[in-house]
Amino acid sequence: MSAQGETTPTTAEAAVPVRRVKVRRPVTAYWHAVAAIAWKDVRAEIRSRELINSMLLFTLMTVMIFSLALELDSNARQTTVTGVLWVTIVFAGLLGLSRSLASEKDKGSLDGLLLAPIARSALFFGKMIGNLLFVLVIALVLMVLLTVLFNITLLRPLLLLLVVLGSIGFTTIGTLLSSMSVHARSRETLLPILLMPVVLPIVISAVRGSTAVLNEMPSQDWLPWVQLLFMADVIYIAASYALFDYVVEE
Amino acid sequence: MAYSEKRTKILMGLTYAAAVLFVLAMLMNFFYVGPERQQGEAQRIFYVHLSSFLGSFLAFGAAVVAGIAYLRSRNPKWDTLGHSAVEIGLGFSTITIVTGMAWARPIWNTWWTWDPRLTSVTIMWLAYAAYMMLRTGIEDPERRRRFAAVYAIVAFASVLYTIIIIRVRPDTIHPVVAGPTQAEPEGSFEVSGRIRDTLFFNMFTFTVITVVLVWHRIRLENFSERVARRKMEVLADL
Amino acid sequence: MVEHEAAPGMIEVHNLTKVFGVNPVLRGLDLTVARGEFLTLLGPNGSGKSTLLRILGALSRPTAGSVRIGGWELPREADFVRRQLGVVSHQPLLYDNLTAEENLIFFARLYDLPAEQRAGRIRAVLQRVGLWRRARDVVRTYSRGMVQRLAIARAVLHDPAVLLLDEPYTGLDQDAAALLDDLLREVAIGGRTVIMTTHDLRRGHLLADRVAILSRGQIAFDAPSSAIDPDALPSLYADVTGAATIS
Repeated sequence: MSAQGETTPTTAEAAVPVRRVKVRRPVTAYWHAVAAIAWKDVRAEIRSRELINSMLLFTLMTVMIFSLALELDSNARQTTVTGVLWVTIVFAGLLGLSRSLASEKDKGSLDGLLLAPIARSALFFGKMIGNLLFVLVIALVLMVLLTVLFNITLLRPLLLLLVVLGSIGFTTIGTLLSSMSVHARSRETLLPILLMPVVLPIVISAVRGSTAVLNEMPSQDWLPWVQLLFMADVIYIAASYALFDYVVEE
Repeated sequence: MAYSEKRTKILMGLTYAAAVLFVLAMLMNFFYVGPERQQGEAQRIFYVHLSSFLGSFLAFGAAVVAGIAYLRSRNPKWDTLGHSAVEIGLGFSTITIVTGMAWARPIWNTWWTWDPRLTSVTIMWLAYAAYMMLRTGIEDPERRRRFAAVYAIVAFASVLYTIIIIRVRPDTIHPVVAGPTQAEPEGSFEVSGRIRDTLFFNMFTFTVITVVLVWHRIRLENFSERVARRKMEVLADL
Repeated sequence: MVEHEAAPGMIEVHNLTKVFGVNPVLRGLDLTVARGEFLTLLGPNGSGKSTLLRILGALSRPTAGSVRIGGWELPREADFVRRQLGVVSHQPLLYDNLTAEENLIFFARLYDLPAEQRAGRIRAVLQRVGLWRRARDVVRTYSRGMVQRLAIARAVLHDPAVLLLDEPYTGLDQDAAALLDDLLREVAIGGRTVIMTTHDLRRGHLLADRVAILSRGQIAFDAPSSAIDPDALPSLYADVTGAATIS
C-alpha cells in the first residue's frame, strides 16, 4: 500500500515545512451543532422516558410532602406557593442535570462529542437546551398540579415568563457545574453543593417576582425582578460561554 | 525551590508590622474611639466586623484574579494563590458573621435574622465552602486547578450579583456604611472624626493582615508540596 | 471535505511527552506515519497507547512536544484536525436509545454533511457494515459485534483521511472479529492513514503496513510488516517490552 515502510521515524522529517491539508469550513455551523445535540437528547428521551418519568414522579412526591408538611391554609398558600414551585423546580431539575452529563461521560459518548468538529460552547448550549426543555416540561406540569391542588391559578403569562427566565438561568449554570461535578468522586452530592449558592440570585429573583405577580401587585413590584432575572441569565450565559472550553479540555 | 532571603525578610517584616497594627487597632477600638451615640459599647465590634468583611472580599477578589490568570497561563502558582486566598477569605467571612451575630444580639435582640446583608454574607460563605468541597472532590491535580479556577469566577460573579440584588430590596434593617441606598435605615449612626479614623485604621490593618496571611498560606502550600515530593523520592529509592 | 493531497507525513509526532500528575506516560515519543499507511501499535497495558491516541484525537493536551496531523498542529489548530479524524475506540461512542440511523443522522449533522447527501451516505455506510436491515432498530438491542460495526460506520461517515482505532477487537467473538478484519481492510484501501492499537499480535501484523511497539512511553520497535516474520513476532514482542522493563 505504501513504500514508506522502511523509514523509521526521524526528527528531520518533522522539521521539513509541511504542506497543510486544506480543510474547508473547519468547524460546523454553530447553531447546527447546538440543534443536533439538543435534538439527540430529546429524541433519546422521548424513546426511553427514563429521566422525565423520574423527574415527574419526584415532582409529584415533593408537592405531596410540601402540602402535608406545611399544612397550608388558603392564606398561607398564597404566599408560599411560589416558594414551593421554585424549590421543586430546582430539586427536580437537579435530578435531570446530574444525569444528563453523567450518562454521556460514563458511556464514553462525551468523547464522541468532543471529537466532533464543533465549537466546545456549541456542545454546551446543545446540552443546556436539552436540559432546559426537560425542566420546562416539569415546570409546566408542576404549575398545573399546584393550580389544582392549591386552588391558585398559576398559569398566567407573566408567571410563565418568570418560569422560563428562571429555568434558563438555572439550567445554564447547572449544566456548567454538572460538567465539572461528573469528574468528582461523589458527584451526586457535589452538584447540589456547588449549584445551590450560585443559583440563589435566580431563585431569589424568581420567587420574589412570582409572588408579586401572584398577588397582583403593580408592575413596579414585579418588573425589577424580571429585569434582574434577565440580567442574571445574561451573566450566566456569558460566563458559561467563556468558561466551558476550560472545563471540557484535558 | 528555596525562597530568596530578601523576600523572606519582607514577609517577616510585614508579619511583625501586621501584629503591631492589629494591637494598635484593638487599642483604638477600645480606648481611642468613644461609644457610639445610639448603640453604645456594642458598636465597637463594628470596626472588626466591617474590616474582616473587607479582608474576605479582597481575598475572594484575589481568588478570581488568580483563577483568570491560571486559565490563561496554566501556571500552578496562580492556583496556589487562589486556593490560599479562598481559605483566608473563608476565615475572614466567618469572623464577619460571628462578630455580626455578637453585635446583633444586644442591638436587634436576636442572634440572627434573615436580613439581606446577613443572607448575602452567608451565601458568600457557602459558595466558597463549596469551592473547598470541589477541590477535595477532584483527584487529578491539573483538572482540580482548572475547575477550581472556573468555580472561583462563577462564585464571585454570583455572590456579587446576589449582594446587588439584595441591596435593591428596600426592607433591610442593616446599617449602611458605604454607598448610596434607597432606604434610610433605622440603625444609621453618625460618623464622627474619631470613628472615621478608627474605621480606616482597622480597614488598613485588616488589608495588611489579609496579605500577610495569604502569603504565609502560599508558602505553607509550597512547603507541603515539597514535603510530598520528597516523600515520593524517598519511597522511590526504597 | 478534505482534499487528499500529498504531505510528507500525515501524522508527525515529535518528542511527545505527557505527564499525569507526577508520572510520565509518554516520554519523548517520535513517530511519523505516511499518508495511506496502516500502522499497528502494539504494547502492554500502561505503555501509553491510549494516551497517544487521545492526544492524536485532540482529546488530551500534550505536556510537551509537537504533534501534527495533515500539517496542522495540535492542540492549537485542533479545529482543522477534527474533521479529518475518524475514531473507533473500545467504547462505541454511540447512543443506546437511538436507532442506528438516528445515531448516524446525529453525527452527520455534527460533521456538517450536506443535508442532501446525508441519507445516501448513511445508507451507503450502513450497507457496507451490513446493518442496513437493522437501521431502524435501537442500538441497545444490538450485539457487541454489531455495535462495533456501527461504530466503524460512524467513524468513516464523514470520509476522514485519518482513522484512529483504539483496540477495536475488544470483546468481539471470532466471527465478529473476522468481519471486522474485512471491514478494516476495506476501510484502509480508501487511501486513509490508519493507526490501530491492539493486543492481537497476529491480526495487527496481518492488517498493517508497519508495526511499532510502544513500551514505557517510547517507540521501542518499528519495522515494516514485510520485514517481520509473523511466527517470530510474539517472541520479538516479549523481548522488546520485557527488555524495556528491565533497563
